[in-house]
Amino acid sequence: MEPRASQAPVWSAGSGSGSGSGGGGRRRRRGGGAGGGEELQVPPAEFASYYGRPVLKAPVWKDDIPAYLFTGGLAAGSSLLAAGGDATGRPALRRAGRLTSFGALLASTYFLVHDLGRPERFHHMLRIAKPTSPMSVGTWILAVYGPAAGLAAVSEAAGLLPSRGLLGLVRRVLPGLGSLGGVAAALTAPALASYTAVLVADTAVPAWHEAHPQLPVVFTGSALAAGAGAALIAVPPAQAGPARRAAVTGAVAELAATHVVEHRLGLASEAYTTGEPARLLSAARALTAGGALGAVVGRRSHLLSAVSGAALLAGSLATRFGIYRAGVASAKDPKYTVVPQRERLAAREAAAANGTPAP
Amino acid sequence: MVERTGIAADEGPAARAGYEDPPPRMGFFTDTSVCIGCKACEVACKEWNLVPEDGLDLTGMSYDNTGMLSASTWRHVAFIEQAIPPGQASLPFTDTPTGPSGTTDSALAAARASGTTSLGMPTIGPPADDLLAPSADREGVRWLMASDVCKHCTSAACLDVCPTGSLFRTEFGTVVVQEDICNGCGYCIPACPYGVIDQRKDDGRAWKCTLCYDRIGDGQQPACATACPTESIQYGPLDELRERAAARTQQLHDAGVPEARLYGEDPDDGVGGAGAFFLLLDEPEVYGLPPDPVVTTRDLPAMWKRAGLAAAGMAAAAVVAFVGASS
Repeated sequence: MEPRASQAPVWSAGSGSGSGSGGGGRRRRRGGGAGGGEELQVPPAEFASYYGRPVLKAPVWKDDIPAYLFTGGLAAGSSLLAAGGDATGRPALRRAGRLTSFGALLASTYFLVHDLGRPERFHHMLRIAKPTSPMSVGTWILAVYGPAAGLAAVSEAAGLLPSRGLLGLVRRVLPGLGSLGGVAAALTAPALASYTAVLVADTAVPAWHEAHPQLPVVFTGSALAAGAGAALIAVPPAQAGPARRAAVTGAVAELAATHVVEHRLGLASEAYTTGEPARLLSAARALTAGGALGAVVGRRSHLLSAVSGAALLAGSLATRFGIYRAGVASAKDPKYTVVPQRERLAAREAAAANGTPAP
Repeated sequence: MVERTGIAADEGPAARAGYEDPPPRMGFFTDTSVCIGCKACEVACKEWNLVPEDGLDLTGMSYDNTGMLSASTWRHVAFIEQAIPPGQASLPFTDTPTGPSGTTDSALAAARASGTTSLGMPTIGPPADDLLAPSADREGVRWLMASDVCKHCTSAACLDVCPTGSLFRTEFGTVVVQEDICNGCGYCIPACPYGVIDQRKDDGRAWKCTLCYDRIGDGQQPACATACPTESIQYGPLDELRERAAARTQQLHDAGVPEARLYGEDPDDGVGGAGAFFLLLDEPEVYGLPPDPVVTTRDLPAMWKRAGLAAAGMAAAAVVAFVGASS
């Protein structure tokens, strides 16, 4: 060993200007107490950064992407309810589900293409299929889901066709094709609702990546609640029983998983419990819980059901934006990157010193 | 497929990407201990690669008015000014007085360094033996400079998540964006654990260092390495660079610079080792580098599993919602 190897130099900040922006290598104290009375889950740590600049590049996605997270989930939830309505003889639920999912699908397509830096090259997504890219997987999920959901929705127009001639033939065949499309859409829907969780978690963004075990539950729960919310608005109470039950299940799953994300992820949870993401997520909590409750309590009133449905939709939207914004915030602050990595290194070094396997 | 770390050491990323009998893996070793902050690398890179101007700002961050790597900055020289507490000067500098220049201390040190003997001029006050004493109780400054660049990871998250195949692995084991394929989806940008690749706003596409793919294929060095006047940026076969870096680190340790450490050279690290690695004189985060980066796709199988379970749960919940329902 070198004579001074064990005695590491104590370099400190050298800010000649003494300005607030500070010098490189400035040690900053990790903020506590900003969590709205939350207890600190990790003891405060000091960390260094390069002039407080982020280590990561925050996502450059526009609001199209959180909006798509919502519309994609809405489409998926609606397709499941539509297929169920078709199978169990609830025509109003079937029709509402098919039309909602088709509308949400069109909106999703718009958001996804509009967000591209080169929208005219959207079809480059179809050059390859790549399991290591959740976006590529999602492209192919949409490529299967889209036509199926589209067919199911178009079949709802069968009644508008004349009963004679070639169009009359179409009129007779279309409902069967619509059911087929509806089943295919419902089979793909759970994948559509859950892959987006992997899409955001498969990044270096600390708040998203750390939440990768929980996000799929948040997203599928939110999707089910949103689909149910749309159905509660459009379907008379007599046929809306399954939507009410789906609303409750979806809301409970979403709220429980979001609670874990907000409280059990160490420093990453702080991104969800401070600032704008915290406001969005607490609004989401109130709307989703209130909507689920209203769906049950107001089950005999279409008006109460519709209000509850609107709350569920708004809750799902707020959840998506809250989670999206938390990720962006965690990418912009170097502490979310540096502190957990430092702790990981320290744990590894401690394990190596004790001769135990690294965690 | 996901490129996993810890695969046979002699099989490089190019071979794993499907190249038959690829040339040796090429990379950068950036030895920041000899960087003088001239920014020739930044300029040469922009010139050769026709990278557009991206803002003329005065950041107030020492001599760094570039800020960070971005779509239009593929080499970035970081400048870090640090106060050295009394008695903490590195051994090679203990003979050098700290503080302002033009003092008798510095004059004497300069005279000693240039090998001239003291003429006993009256300006030289304190005896030579006392020269070291002031530096032990005075605060000094050290100035770190480091040229950052794309790491060309063995397990590259940007490459893994690219949905168009625009990002690809070259035969040299480097990672390059094909600008005629990129549709600006932006997925690579938050995927990079180093915050390297970025979107060029007026262009929409993602851009980053190509390790001068158009030069190295022709046997030339990348522009930055060619321009570097101190060989702080060294280009060559990665195996050779790793040997050279280990020797340089040992040399610095022997010279009394124990804080010299390599960053990104370990093939067992979270990205399977970087194709562009560094010799640093402080913790990585001081330079704006993540201390323990991990390629996000390492957890992708676990993520798909969780998503599959959640999807199954959603389907089951939908079925249950209809079973036994009276309304």
